[in-house]
Amino acid sequence: MTTTLTEAPPTKEPEDPAPRKPRKRGRLVPYWLLLPGLLWLVVFFALPLVYQASTSVQTGSLEEGFKVTWHFATYWDALTAYWPQFLRSVLYAGAATVLCLLLGYPLAYLIAFRAGRWRNIILVLVIAPFFTSFLIRTLAWKTILADGGPVVGALNSLHVLDVTSWLGVTADDRVLATPLAVICGLTYNFLPFMILPLYTSLERIDGRLHEAAGDLYAKPSTTFRKVTFPLSMPGVVSGTLLTFIPAVGDYVNADLLGSTDTRMVGNVIQTQFLRVLDYPTAAALSFILMAAILFMVTFYIRKSGTEDLV
Amino acid sequence: MAFVRRLRRHLVVIAGLLTLAYLLLPNIVVTVFSFNKPKGRFNYSWQEFSTDAWKDPCGVADMCGSLSLSLQIAAWATIGATVLGTMIAFALVRYRFRARGAVNSLIFLPMAMPEVVMAASLLTLFLNMGAQLGFWTVLIAHIMFCLSFVVTAVKARVMSMDPRLEQAAQDLYAGPVQTFLRVTLPIAAPGIAAGALLAFALSFDDFIITNFNAGSTVTFPMFVWGSAQRGTPVQINVIGTAMFLVAVLLVLAGMLIGKRRNKQAK
Repeated sequence: MTTTLTEAPPTKEPEDPAPRKPRKRGRLVPYWLLLPGLLWLVVFFALPLVYQASTSVQTGSLEEGFKVTWHFATYWDALTAYWPQFLRSVLYAGAATVLCLLLGYPLAYLIAFRAGRWRNIILVLVIAPFFTSFLIRTLAWKTILADGGPVVGALNSLHVLDVTSWLGVTADDRVLATPLAVICGLTYNFLPFMILPLYTSLERIDGRLHEAAGDLYAKPSTTFRKVTFPLSMPGVVSGTLLTFIPAVGDYVNADLLGSTDTRMVGNVIQTQFLRVLDYPTAAALSFILMAAILFMVTFYIRKSGTEDLV
Repeated sequence: MAFVRRLRRHLVVIAGLLTLAYLLLPNIVVTVFSFNKPKGRFNYSWQEFSTDAWKDPCGVADMCGSLSLSLQIAAWATIGATVLGTMIAFALVRYRFRARGAVNSLIFLPMAMPEVVMAASLLTLFLNMGAQLGFWTVLIAHIMFCLSFVVTAVKARVMSMDPRLEQAAQDLYAGPVQTFLRVTLPIAAPGIAAGALLAFALSFDDFIITNFNAGSTVTFPMFVWGSAQRGTPVQINVIGTAMFLVAVLLVLAGMLIGKRRNKQAK
């Protein structure tokens, strides 16, 4: 469903075989169609960002009210106080994105090429969890990863936990309340956002290209490396974006599955805004997050060479 | 050796099915634990089988109230976002106008923005305006973030539409209104339905933006969030299981209807 992000063909203007003559009366029609929706977005999406920018340079207190004093030091203070949370957010979201790609690619490939008549059923099973509250499903991970539970026991006996604790993402033979649990939750929550765009771009690949590669004596692994994977790049790019962006701002997984040592920047913004009521710091943090994401996304899209993606 | 070769051939299938299991495991746990009879306040470890929660799904104070509030908000948000989004999608595909790029990026940005940023900035606006936080602020926020998703869903469908069908209708003396209602709308309907369904799911399940802008109003996700602190009643698992089953059944029914239609069309 969210894959429609990638579905727009690169040509922006649709080709009309016989363009209709512009009538005088009809010239205003597009503006009337656009007006209500765009007004909504301007007032409730763009304007709030302006308000937030202004809040971030205000000083004052709840009792006396806040005033714009162009106090840019708030940004510096917020960064120096909360850089570990920023770093953690990027690391956790990055790890979750990589895991989503590694886990999601085989499933997307399976649905696109190997599922046969099971294709629609598997697609439904990928989408259906969406309709159960994600909070309930995230809470279920508390049960799955519980101390002394079967999953932790199995990971322990397979010495997986030794490796992860060497990596510093688990401690004391437990998974819950460690970075691993948070990454696992993030991976789980955003996996469908990776699978669906991957599937749409894989599904579009002409099957004859695979046959052609085979006819030219390419091994299956070579076919994958030289044909399938490059052709699925649009899906990889939009999938990683759709996973990374929400994951980096998420605070639900860090709160439910993590501990105070796994707090991400979303947790800080939420606490500053709703508990501490330090609005300037919260606004500054959220602005830094936004700027960082816009920067990373632009850089990433440039690098991956799919600028006509959106 | 044959076994190894077979294993290698089916490696993708095995890995894919493992991922599918990873995706579905929490739903299985939610379902199983809806039959649990927990000892303490938290429903995290298995005690004994019981159908108490299924017999009394609304037995927890305030839960069903929050559920119906969420359904109401989702319904209104779906209507609002679908109407506004469909209008924008038609304007984008069918007409040429100025500032097209700006319009496109205004629609794309909400989807590329972490929820917490939108949530915090919207709350700043509401606080500055002195708005009373509650039902209306949540509804406004939900329409805002669902809008872009509806636009992309409808746009994809309208774009793949053959404009000659409408020209044919006009050649057969259908007026603009008649053409729109009899030809354009039915063809665009699957896109609009997909957009509406997505909007409903997004709104119903939204937690982050709602949590910032709801004041003391409690939607179902907020109830679940609160219960994670106070104690999780088994009933939230019942609701979770029921939602999953209803969603699967609805989608399967939709697929069956679609298949039958395709057969008839052939």
